[in-house]
Amino acid sequence: MSDMTQTIDTSDLMASGDGSHQYLTFMLAGEEYGVDILRVQEIKGWDSVTLIPNTPDYIRGVINLRGTIVPIIDMRTRFNLEQLEYGPTTVVIVLKVNNDDKSRTMGVVVDGVSDVYNMPEEDIKDSPDFGSAVDTDFVKGLATVNEKMVIVLDIDHMLSSNELTAVDSAAS
Amino acid sequence: MSIDISQFLDTFYEESFEGLDIMESELLNMDVGAADDEIINTIFRAAHSIKGGSGTFGLSAVADYTHIMETLLDEMRDGRRQVTQPAVEILLRSVDVLRGMLTALRESEELDSDSISASQKELNDLLNNNDAGSPATGSDVSSSNENSIIPTDDVTPDAWLIVFNPHRHMLKTGNDPVRMFRELATLGEISVESDTSLIPAFNDFEPEDSFISWKITLKGEITRQQIEEVFEWVEDDCDFVIQPIVSEQSAPASAEAVSAEPENTQEEKVETKATAAPKRAAGRKSGGESASIRVSIDKVDELINTVGELVITQSMLGQFGEEEEFTQSHIEKLRDGLAQLERNTRELQESVMRIRMLPISFTFQRFPRLVHDLSGKLGKKIELKMSGEGTELDKTVMEKIGDPLVHLVRNSIDHGIEMPAERLENGKSEMGVVHLNAYHQGGNIVIEITDDGAGLNKDRILAKAIKSGLVTEGDVLTDEQAHDLIFQPGFSTADEVSDISGRGVGMDVVRKNIRSLGGTVEVKSKAGEGSTFSIRLPLTLAILDGQLVSVGGETYIVPLVSIVESIQVKQDQVNLINGRGEVYKLRDEYIPVVRLYHMFGIEPVSETLDDGLLVVVEAEGQKIALFVDDLQGQQQVVIKSLETNFRKVEGLSGATILGDGTVALILDITGLVSLNRTSAAPDLTVITNGDVAA
Repeated sequence: MSDMTQTIDTSDLMASGDGSHQYLTFMLAGEEYGVDILRVQEIKGWDSVTLIPNTPDYIRGVINLRGTIVPIIDMRTRFNLEQLEYGPTTVVIVLKVNNDDKSRTMGVVVDGVSDVYNMPEEDIKDSPDFGSAVDTDFVKGLATVNEKMVIVLDIDHMLSSNELTAVDSAAS
Repeated sequence: MSIDISQFLDTFYEESFEGLDIMESELLNMDVGAADDEIINTIFRAAHSIKGGSGTFGLSAVADYTHIMETLLDEMRDGRRQVTQPAVEILLRSVDVLRGMLTALRESEELDSDSISASQKELNDLLNNNDAGSPATGSDVSSSNENSIIPTDDVTPDAWLIVFNPHRHMLKTGNDPVRMFRELATLGEISVESDTSLIPAFNDFEPEDSFISWKITLKGEITRQQIEEVFEWVEDDCDFVIQPIVSEQSAPASAEAVSAEPENTQEEKVETKATAAPKRAAGRKSGGESASIRVSIDKVDELINTVGELVITQSMLGQFGEEEEFTQSHIEKLRDGLAQLERNTRELQESVMRIRMLPISFTFQRFPRLVHDLSGKLGKKIELKMSGEGTELDKTVMEKIGDPLVHLVRNSIDHGIEMPAERLENGKSEMGVVHLNAYHQGGNIVIEITDDGAGLNKDRILAKAIKSGLVTEGDVLTDEQAHDLIFQPGFSTADEVSDISGRGVGMDVVRKNIRSLGGTVEVKSKAGEGSTFSIRLPLTLAILDGQLVSVGGETYIVPLVSIVESIQVKQDQVNLINGRGEVYKLRDEYIPVVRLYHMFGIEPVSETLDDGLLVVVEAEGQKIALFVDDLQGQQQVVIKSLETNFRKVEGLSGATILGDGTVALILDITGLVSLNRTSAAPDLTVITNGDVAA
């Protein structure tokens, strides 16, 4: 599966001048989610991880990414979706997350990568308020591309250290 | 042939700073009255080398200045002069001045001519008092004294322009510029223009500091002396220039010519000083860490030896590549070669690591001076004790921990230790003790600053915290929680901001700096008995000797230093307390058994103790026995932080990458001990009952 590893050279994908950004989308339980492509470091195939004890179950563990220890987060578990056997299309998207004045590298496990879209900032609409029924805190907005809905994620918020510790203490 | 000597300049600076450090510590060691010749000689030699070096590099200001120091020391050396406390103080100050001069020269900044000439004057006064100084020195100095005041001319001009630039601390000396202006106003017609450009942003603003400078025009028939009288009290706390404003009709041509020149130069000087100050501050910030390192020749020799061995091993292994056929005996030799290579690599790694490690005495050595100065200033009697100076830590960490340490020590002295009278009243010895201690614990270095002062005042902390909204009234806080409040931003325990501590940098900055190094700082305090600040820092880049153990399908690393022994036990050698807490009797100790698979929530290979091993580990004086499935090899591992991309996990001190590229987690024994105390033990009645039945 290692032949699936490919590194994206982000310098070619700088945001175009018209205020639009490129988003990498991935599939998760039939829905399409998007993340800012400039945050994507690389996409690699799923490989075994080392478990970290006493952490929330959506943290699958850590991997060795060329000498750095990188935590891996299962997005299905994070969003309370039904578990799926990891298959040949299961990939890990390695993201750069900025919060607490520092930048971290984290990997997220998704069903598969989908596409790269150019989306102007104004096309991303605020997500409707579901109240407490659905946690939309880390949804930046919703966009429509080719008649399909893409959920644009705010990864800084989603993978912040607060988030990780808060959920952990709630779970324990 | 001419040699470009500038390439040696850096070495000169480095050696000079070392010389200054030596001078400083020897001066502090000096027994006043009965000074040891050897000590004076050492100080003299250091001063002499600096003088010689600075002469060679054409740094005449430094050479001239050091010459006076040298003359003074020479007299002390020959016994022509008594070593007195004031003399030592003056010499200490001159060491500071010299350090400032050299720093300024290295960063190619303006010299602080005021303090230089002031200190020069002090040294000369000392020399001339005993009239043993050489007359040549005296004339040297007056020529380089830039601060000479314009000669008083006998002409009384129509008006005076006074440029008055108070030093930042002037207000603290009790001098009020407004009062001075009123005084001036009594002399004649006054108009004042203020320059507020140096006032910093609100965050950095210290209300007790003076940032404003003034331009005063005074009209009327006033003599220079009258004006100077007004400024008499603040002479040392400000820069001021008095210039006559001479209107054309009344001034004789000659007077104008006389006053014109110094006027210009002085004006320039004032200006450059104003611009130089912020630049200097900025430069110092970046220049905190030196880019070079001094390594003892032993360490380098060791490194060369190891590399030599590595080359031999390489050529031995290289022969195998040329063999036509590979026989059994070759494989034997290959194994030997690989074992040797492994040893060489490890030695090389250790030697390289050792180069970066320096004893913490490099940081500690600045504290005797600090304590000496502060205790003098505050009128407190303080003894500084140091232990564990030989504890080695990484150079980068050491350089960054310097400032937080200084702050904590200042804090202990300023807020912790009480005045002698108060101490006697409380039944303590007059002499307060500040103890600096360093030691290794696990993969950390711990630095403790202990004082036997008043301790933290919980009530006052709480009152402050309530006032600043950190806690609400009625909150019940434990002592630890209350003490921890002092690390909150914007929290100063001092009732009033003093010169020593509480100057902008708060404890929150200390904590932030320590955290940025991946460390922690804690305070323990008992009212009336003193406080202890413990800084715990990781030895970054550290390599750990680890024992690999397997639990379930996972591999963990136990630091070898924590392991007491590994034993195989029978289930029936283990007793249960209350049906839950398992203890194993090892000789005459009862050791709690920690089932790692349970603590870490892993699917176990076996739950019966007979199938696995107990690894007895010790942390903070407490032993626990870790139940693991098996021991694997011992290995040196490079510690990688989990916090870089994740966060701290209880019971783990980090991670490492094994030979096969997978990640293995390193156990934090101290953390496991405390985790064992707080977490619920597994219900073992089922297992043991089953065992008994079998």
